[in-house]
Amino acid sequence: MILEMSNIKKHFEDCEVLHDISLNVDSGEVVSIIGPSGSGKSTLLRCATFLEKIDSGTIKYVGQTIAHTPDGEKPIYLPKKEMVKVKSYFGLVFQQFNLFPHFSVLRNVCDAPINVQKRNKEEVEEKGRELLKKMGLADKADAYPFQLSGGQQQRVAIARALALNPDILFFDEPTSALDPELTGEVLKIIRQLAEEKMTMVIVTHEMSFARAVSKRVIFMDGGYIVEQGDPEKVFGDPSEERTKQFLRNYQQ
Amino acid sequence: MAEGLSKTCAIFFLTLLFSLPLGMIVALLRMSKDKVVSSVTRFVISVLRGTPLMLQLLAVTYGPYYLFGISVSRNKLIPVVIAFSINYAAYFAEIYRGGIESMAKGQYEAAAVLGYTKTQTFLKIILPQVIKRIMPSITNEVVTLVKDTSLAFTVSYQEMFTIGKQIANSQTSFTPFVVAGVFYFVFNAIVDFGMGKIEKSMQYYK
Repeated sequence: MILEMSNIKKHFEDCEVLHDISLNVDSGEVVSIIGPSGSGKSTLLRCATFLEKIDSGTIKYVGQTIAHTPDGEKPIYLPKKEMVKVKSYFGLVFQQFNLFPHFSVLRNVCDAPINVQKRNKEEVEEKGRELLKKMGLADKADAYPFQLSGGQQQRVAIARALALNPDILFFDEPTSALDPELTGEVLKIIRQLAEEKMTMVIVTHEMSFARAVSKRVIFMDGGYIVEQGDPEKVFGDPSEERTKQFLRNYQQ
Repeated sequence: MAEGLSKTCAIFFLTLLFSLPLGMIVALLRMSKDKVVSSVTRFVISVLRGTPLMLQLLAVTYGPYYLFGISVSRNKLIPVVIAFSINYAAYFAEIYRGGIESMAKGQYEAAAVLGYTKTQTFLKIILPQVIKRIMPSITNEVVTLVKDTSLAFTVSYQEMFTIGKQIANSQTSFTPFVVAGVFYFVFNAIVDFGMGKIEKSMQYYK
């Protein structure tokens, strides 16, 4: 198991965002999370990537407990020093790309492996160029983010996440900020990663993409996992009324 | 007046040397999560920005004598630079704060996910972008500082304006003021040129 999240609870002020959510992701698995806005999909990813602190529950990466609530009260996270290593277990691709505008494309990809993971500069840069080539951006290594289209920026962001050699990659609505025209080039890359058996969790509104690429689909609503399973089953013959209703709205 | 000009330059460069870094410290204190620290800093900033620099100059120069009986030193450069540095640090602090707070949350989050420490995030990711953003405001303050150096005449520090005034009084002529005005103008033209160069060097990204 790459990621094990169990009994995760999270609230913002008086709003319960995640009610006792559990999510396990196996090596090589591609999981899509769908659901209406405010259903807690993004919050779940943000808890998994430690951008938000959980109220209670357990988070494990590759069998190692990173956060838990032994006394059922305050969550205990690993000390800061160890968290640096934990962060190399996963990568996160944001809706808004969040590239560093003052770094060239190559530096965006290579700076963290060099300065956080302390890997050899030449080696990292060689790998960075390889990754950019894979993203179809071999000629953009020296460009700056503002010179790229949204789709290109998102592909750089994917390369940046991959450069840390993560065990699992999270995508938080990776195409929601893109023109329909540019969406395809990003989805193509994700599909390619799926074929290479990269473990991924994708929060998305691209239903046909989720159906085609994932091994498991999770439908969330109101902070609960309403339904999950094989994409053909969830999309083709959902068992919950709420899922049917959501998918119906999408088809219209 | 040449000697006065060198003293004007001394106030100018020493003030920048001390107030630019001091302003960053003040800005960080102002943004502290500790409520006491941030409100005390906020109050100090509001006093420094809300009272005349001339008054602050007098307070720093003569305050020690009235309060503790310490005689006023012959070398007025020290109190003058202290007063200017503290005053300008307050202004720079607010500019830094504005710049830092205008940064998108996504930059911090991207850095956090990639494993950068808080210090690395601030120095490598946030600060360079903040500097680019606040350059026009910093230039504004620096231009003001050039002209504000003339306030040192209130404590009879012999900078350019004070000397100009003495000459004007003794010769009952307006010419020294004109000469001084031209000096400040040329000085600021150089400042503008230099700051423009710095801004341009950061225009490789948006």
